[in-house]
Amino acid sequence: MLEEIGTTEQGDLIINVGPQHPATHGVLHLVITLNGETIKKVDPHLGYIHRSIEKMCESLTYRQFIYVTSRMDYLSSHINNHGCALVVEKGVQIEVPARAQVIRVLMDELTRVASHLLWWGAMAMDVGAITPFFHAFREREMINDIMEETCGARLTMNYMVPGGVMADIHPDFQRKVKEFVTEFKSKIDEYDELVTGNIIFQSRMKGVGFISKEDAISYGCSGPVARASGVSCDIRKWYPYDCYSQLKFEEVIRTEGDSYARYLVRMEEMRQSLNIIDQLIDAIPEGEFQAKTKAVLKLPKGEFYTMVETARGEFGVYVVSEGGTTPYRIKFRSPGFSNLSALDHMSVGGKIGDLVATMGTLDLVIPDIDR
Amino acid sequence: MFSIEKISGVVHTWLASHLPARIALLSEFVIVGILMISLFAFLGLVLVFMERKVSAYMQIRLGPNRVGPKGIFQTLADTLKLILKEGLRPTGADKFLFNLAPYIVMMVAMLLMAPIPFARNVQIWDVNIGVLYISAISSISVIGILMAGWSSNNKYSLLGAMRSGAQIVSYELSAGLAILSIVILTGSLRVSDIVASQATGWWIFKGHIPALISFVIFIIAVTAETNRAPFDLAEAESELTAGFHTEYSGMQFALFFLAEYVNIFIVTAIGATLFLGGWMPFHIGGWEAFNHIMDFIPSSIWFFGKTFFLIFIIMWFRWTFPRLRIDQLLNLEWRYLLPIGLFNLLLMTVIGILGWHF
Repeated sequence: MLEEIGTTEQGDLIINVGPQHPATHGVLHLVITLNGETIKKVDPHLGYIHRSIEKMCESLTYRQFIYVTSRMDYLSSHINNHGCALVVEKGVQIEVPARAQVIRVLMDELTRVASHLLWWGAMAMDVGAITPFFHAFREREMINDIMEETCGARLTMNYMVPGGVMADIHPDFQRKVKEFVTEFKSKIDEYDELVTGNIIFQSRMKGVGFISKEDAISYGCSGPVARASGVSCDIRKWYPYDCYSQLKFEEVIRTEGDSYARYLVRMEEMRQSLNIIDQLIDAIPEGEFQAKTKAVLKLPKGEFYTMVETARGEFGVYVVSEGGTTPYRIKFRSPGFSNLSALDHMSVGGKIGDLVATMGTLDLVIPDIDR
Repeated sequence: MFSIEKISGVVHTWLASHLPARIALLSEFVIVGILMISLFAFLGLVLVFMERKVSAYMQIRLGPNRVGPKGIFQTLADTLKLILKEGLRPTGADKFLFNLAPYIVMMVAMLLMAPIPFARNVQIWDVNIGVLYISAISSISVIGILMAGWSSNNKYSLLGAMRSGAQIVSYELSAGLAILSIVILTGSLRVSDIVASQATGWWIFKGHIPALISFVIFIIAVTAETNRAPFDLAEAESELTAGFHTEYSGMQFALFFLAEYVNIFIVTAIGATLFLGGWMPFHIGGWEAFNHIMDFIPSSIWFFGKTFFLIFIIMWFRWTFPRLRIDQLLNLEWRYLLPIGLFNLLLMTVIGILGWHF
């Protein structure tokens, strides 16, 4: 019977995890080589949801291509839009009004909390606890309602445009955000009680999926994955955009480099995001929400690169312009792709359960990887 | 007062007076058999519904609420769907073993119903080695699971079956030791004797701390034995999709599903019988009036109340805890539960010999 089951020459079992598998959260396909339960090799196969977004962007104008980027990392759609708006503003040299900057940062941080909430629920589900998922969605729903009121959408926002934001905030925005922040502060402690302190959860996470600082850098990891290994790489701190330079918040860094460190970094990041929201929500300056711009935007001939910190790490937009109304070439540097490349390094030698737990803490969004 | 004992007595006398002795006995067999099968199916429906409602409560949902009042017919509708579904068999699967496996798993669950006392004097088979019979038969279900995993010709199934084999064989030991500590106190393997010995108080109260330790070990071990979270590695949905029953569909899958829930009922019923006094009412020594009121509650209600309380605890586990990893699971058994269980058994023996229990 063993001949029928795919095996290597050494007699190891080869298993396809995905593209349809509960643990891959999308259409990721991992070909794993197993010796018993121990993982010998993880080989990610990509391309199941490739939509050639970068190529599509080449035929879209600088106002239009932002809308496509919401479909990449759909959990950080605000932040993706933000990065693209920044690159256009950099090229055309648009001064963004103070009000728009604050609104953008508020939206970014709300998105970060929403994204981390979904990650928290999905990761708990990966290690076998199903209930946290529903608790996380209860809070995420509040953010989605806030977004819906102001942006008109709940997932693909398309709210940020070159020069500011598309529309002014809803009159209820400040009140609802404050309500959310007060409620979420107590809920996040509840999360700690439910999952963080659980001894089974800790034993599943501690020492699992280790990656050292040097390896994290050489694999190009960014975001919470790199920060859990001790790499200081928060774009908001190093290359602040919009009003981040005026804000007080901490870059969360841990040095353990294992899954549990990545978990703690994200939990603390949610608290830091709330901190940022607290600072800004009462200090939204009056004024224009969008700068006056020309109807047709043209970037001068040259290369432009901006980066933003999404919930998953560094999101970079690289535009080559020939001076026309559409980009000549465009390339997105997505955090998920680099983080996924480290999965093999992290999970070799572990068990199948470790692979799933590690994959959970990498917080992969497949459309972000495949684009 | 309502009691199953009286009803069965009435039926027995009616049959004995109207029919010849042999045919009366035969028809009693048939009636009991039908009743047991209906109870089996009914328990499956009730427990699945209960699990869905309990999980919904813990997950801030409503749970099934469309079919029938409060959704009580939801599981019935699901069963109907499963019966009507085509049972698929993957190519390359071992046909004989593939079809046999769900029946073995279910048969084991049915056999285990025999020595359980559902109420005062309501027990199908009061065998003198009742507890031994339970431990022996419950080990057979692992064969069905291994068979299912192997014959499916699916790597996930194979891994699930492999895990399940290691897990059930290990945790049998702890469950056995926990049961044995009660046998030491009682001095009998007969289930009815064990229940009778708890007339003055349940063993969990009478047996001091060792009985409590045994009880905790027993609950952990049976949770693992029934493949329930946090020990649901055999089907670990996020790792192995559905583990050993990945390839099963339709009624064959339903049999696995049914057996899982009935197994939960059986192990908790055994737990309730051994540690919480089975159908015995709650008595406090010396409080005559209180004891009399407690006696007024029918014994079947006591039995099912205790059992469903334990079932609720096991469901609570499932919806709260993350899953263990396979090596951690085996570590827990061999490095912690088994030594503690053995030491506890020794302690229990000392207590039993010196007569320190109440």
